[in-house]
Amino acid sequence: MPDLLIELFSEEIPARMQAKASENLRKMVADGLVEAGLTYASAASFATPRRLALTIDGLTAESPDTREERRGPKVGAPDKAIDGFCRGAGVERSALETRDTGKGEFYFAVIARKGRKAPEIVAETLDRTIRNFPWPKSMRWGDGTLRWVRPLQSILCILTDEAGAEVVPFEIEGVTASNTTRGHRFMAPDAFSVANFDDYETKLKRAKVVLRADERADAIWHDATNRAFAAGLELVEDPGLLAEVAGLVEWPVVLMGEIGADFLGLPPEVLQTSMKEHQKFFSVRDPKSGRIVRFVTVANIEAPDDGATILAGNQKVLAARLSDAKFFWENDLRVAGAGMTPWLDALENVTFERRLGTQRDRIERIAALVREIAPLVGAEPDLAERAARVVKADLSSEMVYEFPELQGLMGRYYSEAAGLPAEVAAACQEHYSPLGPSDAVPSAAVSVAVALADKLDTLTGFWAIDEKPTGSKDPFALRRAALGVIRLILANGLETGLAGHLRQAAGLHRWADEQAPEQGVVDLVGFFHDRLKVHLRDEGVRYDVIDACLAMPGSDDLALLVKRAEALAAFLKTDDGENLLQGFKRANNILTQAEEKDGVEYSFGADRKFAEGPEEIALFDALDAADPRIAAAMQAENFAAAMGAMAGLRAPTDAFFDAVQVNADSGVVRRNRLNLLSRIRGLCLSVADLTRIEG
Amino acid sequence: MAEKPTCFQEIILRLQAYWAARGCAVLQPYDMEVGAGTFHPATTLRSLGTRPWAAAYVQPSRRPTDGRYGDNPNRLQHYYQFQVLIKPSPPDLQDLYLGSLAAIGIDMGMHDIRFVEDDWESPTLGAWGLGWEVWCDGMEVSQYTYFQQVGGHDCHPVSGELTYGLERLAMYVLGIDHVMDMPFNAPGSPQPLTYGDIFRQTEREYSRWNFDIADTDILLRHFEEAEAECTRILQAPEVDPKTGRHIIMAHPAYDQCIKASHLFNLLDARGVISVTERQAYIGRVRALAKLCADAFVQTEAGGAAA
Repeated sequence: MPDLLIELFSEEIPARMQAKASENLRKMVADGLVEAGLTYASAASFATPRRLALTIDGLTAESPDTREERRGPKVGAPDKAIDGFCRGAGVERSALETRDTGKGEFYFAVIARKGRKAPEIVAETLDRTIRNFPWPKSMRWGDGTLRWVRPLQSILCILTDEAGAEVVPFEIEGVTASNTTRGHRFMAPDAFSVANFDDYETKLKRAKVVLRADERADAIWHDATNRAFAAGLELVEDPGLLAEVAGLVEWPVVLMGEIGADFLGLPPEVLQTSMKEHQKFFSVRDPKSGRIVRFVTVANIEAPDDGATILAGNQKVLAARLSDAKFFWENDLRVAGAGMTPWLDALENVTFERRLGTQRDRIERIAALVREIAPLVGAEPDLAERAARVVKADLSSEMVYEFPELQGLMGRYYSEAAGLPAEVAAACQEHYSPLGPSDAVPSAAVSVAVALADKLDTLTGFWAIDEKPTGSKDPFALRRAALGVIRLILANGLETGLAGHLRQAAGLHRWADEQAPEQGVVDLVGFFHDRLKVHLRDEGVRYDVIDACLAMPGSDDLALLVKRAEALAAFLKTDDGENLLQGFKRANNILTQAEEKDGVEYSFGADRKFAEGPEEIALFDALDAADPRIAAAMQAENFAAAMGAMAGLRAPTDAFFDAVQVNADSGVVRRNRLNLLSRIRGLCLSVADLTRIEG
Repeated sequence: MAEKPTCFQEIILRLQAYWAARGCAVLQPYDMEVGAGTFHPATTLRSLGTRPWAAAYVQPSRRPTDGRYGDNPNRLQHYYQFQVLIKPSPPDLQDLYLGSLAAIGIDMGMHDIRFVEDDWESPTLGAWGLGWEVWCDGMEVSQYTYFQQVGGHDCHPVSGELTYGLERLAMYVLGIDHVMDMPFNAPGSPQPLTYGDIFRQTEREYSRWNFDIADTDILLRHFEEAEAECTRILQAPEVDPKTGRHIIMAHPAYDQCIKASHLFNLLDARGVISVTERQAYIGRVRALAKLCADAFVQTEAGGAAA
């Protein structure tokens, strides 16, 4: 059984694309081989900045012969039909056989395919893989038409068995497969040949190329933490950066450098962001002071001076970057210390969205709205308004202009420098949160109030100008804003009707006409419900359970809605819940049918004096007992207790259906029983719309 | 590896000599104000059409918003780019490029050279390409791009474009911390001149003019005039009634597009263009660039049958 080794050698592949590309190469080639009738034992793929590699072990040497029979038209069918069949099956008409199937005589085509040798299949599969490779972005080069992520320079493709390695005959747009590759661009640029995968990996390592990305990442992490540790420091963990850097080098060489003393006073986040974004440096922290004091860079070469020149160059570039940052920081602190007025004034000239006005207009709306929201979250309205008026100030700062990802955080530093209350400073940083599904949700009252006001203003604003998300398009991240509101409400247990707040927020925008705001609010509540469904489904709550609760009044109170859904989900998981649901459905079906047939609604007047037999009486008793308990629990919004009371109905309901015929001969008894079922239905529906539960 | 150069102009001369030896026509700067070497018609227009091309040139470039009155060690409103454009991109372009770094004294064994993903897009030219920024010890020393589309036209064949930011590269090679301190000619010359001797005064003057003095009404009018002239030129009948010859005036029209682009940059520096207006202006310049590209590919130089 031969082993297959493929290497696609190109100019530098963007780091962010390497892992996925290596995965795609494995999948596309392996699937293609299998589809063509080969089998294999195992496959693994790898990526470096200049190569994608794939090894497949235990490949069959050829695909098996196959024989397929296809039934065609009846003998005597029009020529056109018979010729069409021959074309489809790829056989001559003279080769057709006729057979009697018992239902008449039919033509049969026997399609025999000879097995093919592995090299032929590999070449064909590789061609298709290269031509259809799903790069996020691909390009042409020179005067060719082939697309690859960057120019494809050479291809290694060999099949190795006991007899040795054999190059797979393959050529694509002037690049011919061989058994050779190259090592490190600078340290070992010469071509060398390889015999199999082990040989390939070993020779690459000798040629200063570490094939495996995880091995490069581990080496970087190991060396970097050791160096930091030896200096009594610690490396700031950054898995994203580690993966990226491992994709920028074939031979990682870790170097630790100094951050000039002038820059150590910068906020650690500024140092970290500047070093990471511009230079792809890791930050090294002094565990005692918590400050960032050094950096780690990863070079791609072993230099004769042990990297002294490289490090000096990197330090110089960093110094230039950090002088900029320091210049921004110092200028910003001056403005902040003087009260940030110029920044706030400048926001008058910054358009938020053409139809929604400037950032300044937005601040005014958020400030008005936050006063309404403050009492709900237990924030002091004056303080919340004060926060709302400064949380966007840092957008005018030089630091945020340079590093937009530091918005909010810089606001906190600058608010502190301005001597503002700690709650205000915290709100600057926290009011954007939660940004993603994994981002922490703020809990400080002022932060929560401003965060809600900000997001509600955004949502109602874009609804007012009819810029709602559609399909995959959500350029203003409105789904994220809605999810943010949902998580703020749920995490902080804020029981409040959302519609009221939306109405307040909507009132601060200009709408197309008088009816539009109310329509917008209704529409937005629906939008929130959709986002909530997605959110709850991710949390493991069933879709139909959510629907059953959404149908209940007051469903714009999301905290209450979720409480109800969670209680219902828990109830339905119990034996009682599941059986009661069946009982409810049975009752509801019988009732619906009877109501349709009789043209009346059975909703009132079940009387125990018409009850016959102990099961029917017991059901009356159970309903009488459950009624006040459920009503009281619902009053107290204690859904778990309501469900508990409902659970008590399960046994009597089951017993009733087992023993009692609802459609009794006596009209009076039948009507009474239907009205009794209606009590079950009514009681259940007062807790949740169980008609929407599946199963 | 070559000896270390001693001054700014030596780096330029070596790059020119290097690329001349590799078959590039060494052109002179385009005689108009542009924001980057890419705007030179030797790049924008010549990257279009099927005819082979190989050119290298220095292009003075102006970025009014980057003016710092000559005080900032790295930022200038007027600086130089060295530009190479080869069509079709040769298979060994990366090696050729690395050879050019060696020619200006960068030792590949001592330094860490990296190709870091950086896709290039020029919204004003309706152009994009894939490539890298090239890092030397963590510093970006060049942009390296394979043009995929220019002026809305797919590039067939594809051009390889190299752009060296000359001041930054030279400061690095020469070990200079402030651009104004960089020797422009050889330090041992009878009249040694630094970059600052030549440009400190102009940086100061242009910074003031760019930011505060330039008359925005006039700039705006010029913008509109350039835009109108560009389209008017291209609307002229293809056959010249005087000579009876077939003459599409892609280059004169493109000059007006360059003008419009630079005027937009000046207006931007004066802070009179709002965020939303910005997009509209860029769109207007792009529309002109597209018209010029459409016209160029109809010409002989653009590969149309004569």
